[in-house]
Amino acid sequence: MTVLLEMEGITKLYGTFAANRQVSFTLHRGEIHAIVGENGAGKTTLMRILYGMEQPTSGTIRINGEVKQFADPADAIKSGIGMVHQHFMLFPSFTVAENIVISREPTRGVWFDRDEAAARVRELSERYRMAVDPYKKIWECSLGMQQRVEILKVLYHGADIIILDEPTAVLTPLEVKELLETLKNLAAQGKSVILITHKLHEVMEVADRITVLRSGQVTGTLRAKETNVEELSRLMVGREIAEMQRREQKQGDVVLAVDDLFIRGDGGKPLLDGISFRVHAGEIVGIAGVSGNGQSELIQAITGLRPVDGGSVRLLDHPVTNAPVRTIRRLGLAHIPEDRYLWGAAKDGSIVENAILHQYGERSYSRFGFLLQRRLRELTENWVKQFAVKTNSLFEKAQHLSGGNLQKLIVAREIGQNTPFLLAAEPTRGVDIGAMEFIHAQLLKKRERGDAILLVSSELSEVMTLSDRILVMYEGKIVGEVDGREATEEAISLLMAGGGAR
Amino acid sequence: MEQLFDISLLNSTVRMVTPILLAALGGALCARVGLFNVGLEGLVLIGAFAAIVGNHFTGSLLLAILLAVLCVVLFSLLFAYMAINLKANEIVVGIALNFLAVGLTTFALRTIFEVKGAFYDKNMDGLPSLTLPLIDQIPVVGPIVSGHSPLVYFTFLLVVLMHIYLFKTVSGFRLLATGENPIAAQSMGVKVRRVQYLAVVLCGVFCGLAGAQLSLGQVTMFAEGMTAGRGFIALVAMMLGQSNPSGVMAASLLFGFMDALSIRLQGFSIPTHFTLMLPYVMTIVAMFLFRDKSYLQLAQRGGGSDR
Repeated sequence: MTVLLEMEGITKLYGTFAANRQVSFTLHRGEIHAIVGENGAGKTTLMRILYGMEQPTSGTIRINGEVKQFADPADAIKSGIGMVHQHFMLFPSFTVAENIVISREPTRGVWFDRDEAAARVRELSERYRMAVDPYKKIWECSLGMQQRVEILKVLYHGADIIILDEPTAVLTPLEVKELLETLKNLAAQGKSVILITHKLHEVMEVADRITVLRSGQVTGTLRAKETNVEELSRLMVGREIAEMQRREQKQGDVVLAVDDLFIRGDGGKPLLDGISFRVHAGEIVGIAGVSGNGQSELIQAITGLRPVDGGSVRLLDHPVTNAPVRTIRRLGLAHIPEDRYLWGAAKDGSIVENAILHQYGERSYSRFGFLLQRRLRELTENWVKQFAVKTNSLFEKAQHLSGGNLQKLIVAREIGQNTPFLLAAEPTRGVDIGAMEFIHAQLLKKRERGDAILLVSSELSEVMTLSDRILVMYEGKIVGEVDGREATEEAISLLMAGGGAR
Repeated sequence: MEQLFDISLLNSTVRMVTPILLAALGGALCARVGLFNVGLEGLVLIGAFAAIVGNHFTGSLLLAILLAVLCVVLFSLLFAYMAINLKANEIVVGIALNFLAVGLTTFALRTIFEVKGAFYDKNMDGLPSLTLPLIDQIPVVGPIVSGHSPLVYFTFLLVVLMHIYLFKTVSGFRLLATGENPIAAQSMGVKVRRVQYLAVVLCGVFCGLAGAQLSLGQVTMFAEGMTAGRGFIALVAMMLGQSNPSGVMAASLLFGFMDALSIRLQGFSIPTHFTLMLPYVMTIVAMFLFRDKSYLQLAQRGGGSDR
């Protein structure tokens, strides 16, 4: 095995805070090397240094034994490094081929030779076995296809080292499987892959070696064959991760009753088609499904964010179909929204302002239209402490919190409402293992208090560990119900893919 | 209605449409690099004034047009510097530019020519009208198409050139990329700022020509605020045409026709102020009718679907 890339003693200081401290990392030719760690462990900083987006405070980078310094990404690209960003860098109204060849377009004089571009893309896609249609517009492509375009773009620009930042976060299970196959295939053809992620199962499946970071330092570099998920999570978090225990308890009365819910779609197909289910007190009902099969519409219908065309929703035996959001919330709904930036937070507001969104009007928190700042601050402080939200000040803008910390704040706010019903949509999206464990524990605690929870998640393992019952959605219908204790990943995956649907 | 709709109405449509179309094409270029240039009105006004100044003092039409282009490019650079380097809100900068243009041209009119309201000099020559050989002889088409200033023909040629530039050349491709996703373009090594400057400067050239056509194309005079909202109509034409050269041309023709019609209607004992409203009423009607998805909305839909 030849060493292709060496990063040695990389330290990056922001003031006195060390994002990376004496990090050493080697990459072999044809290797898939995963970097895992919690949010803020320094994975992204390390990769930004390698890609020339940041300069290290000290340390050296060598490629093929030669010392390199990258002033900007263009330098890194010249040295054969390519990066697939977590948020895709694509041009939606351009074709696949145009997106791939940009800045190294095949030309004839001043003319852009689009046919040649398509031909080259086709050749590339055959060589690396990643099917794309060069003439398709990006906005018509699935996210999996968009990711293939990103990888092909990196390859087209001559990368030998491909960095992928959380590549599976937005993909469906099937697309994840395809991506992992692609990565193996690339490695077999002599490309080296750096995979940044915190999904340990994927790492175990695909990586040759794994480097674990915690608080900016390497806590271990291991061969995938000689380790396991438990050891990795211990290295990541610095302690044992407790196994979630769902205590058996009796179901109470019906809290949420959804009957025959129907929402028309743009085309012929309805978005929701005859959805009926119950959620009882002291029960977590999980909704599994490949995203885009009506879960978002169901969430919005129950919470009053979107009008329904038929059917009914009853909360604690009150009809709340198409009722205003505030009415539903007053009756006893709390909602952790699936998109925290769109529905969950006011990005420009401070942490306090985001925390008090439900309390500000209550008698105990306002007098004659004036907010009682001190009480609101106490309330927020309490939540921030309880949920370990990392922040310098309560008056920091919400958008400056890391995604995981903002998510913790939102979860704190919604669980803090102490409502009989909680709709938790993607409650742990983008948070690290430690925070995930904590949020899961909070949800279970709420269940033990006898509250009802509807959990909607695209993370199958999450649904399976937490739910008493699992409903599977496919194309706007509930296509199956599985008992939480007896559920197997295979059975649910089959239902998610439409396998059980008539 | 025989006298209302005739060939000379269409002939004047072609003439009226030129400043609107030029400004709209310039605005479209800016829009394509992600800058919404509200300052078209002011830029055209500056161009119109500079063209008269050039004509009056040099006596040369070519120098007059060059001066108009030069002045407007200077003001465009101001817009570019504020919007691109200082990251000021381009709407605010554009509006400021419009007021600056009104004040500056009025002030300069009084200082340079020592007149109020309008400046007219019968010794000045306007742009010549070209009689197209052969085409001139074709019935109906001839009288409509022939007998315009060179700028008019150049403008329609520009539509074709711009189409080819944007959709066939590498440089045009990168310009489109810059507007669609500047961050992605930058990450691929496209010089985003340089491309934006290029677009704004070209917009300045177009608006300079639009001003010259306005003050030299027909009447050879300058009046305070003589653009009379044409820059804003160009803005609407640009949006209706979705910043596509051919679409922009179609929308501009519509507005040019309304412009010509409003002048024609004045001869029909309809109150002048009513007929002057027509192009603007049409603008509002057009906004109601053409609310379809623009390429930018499509782009956003594509980009936003991952959540």
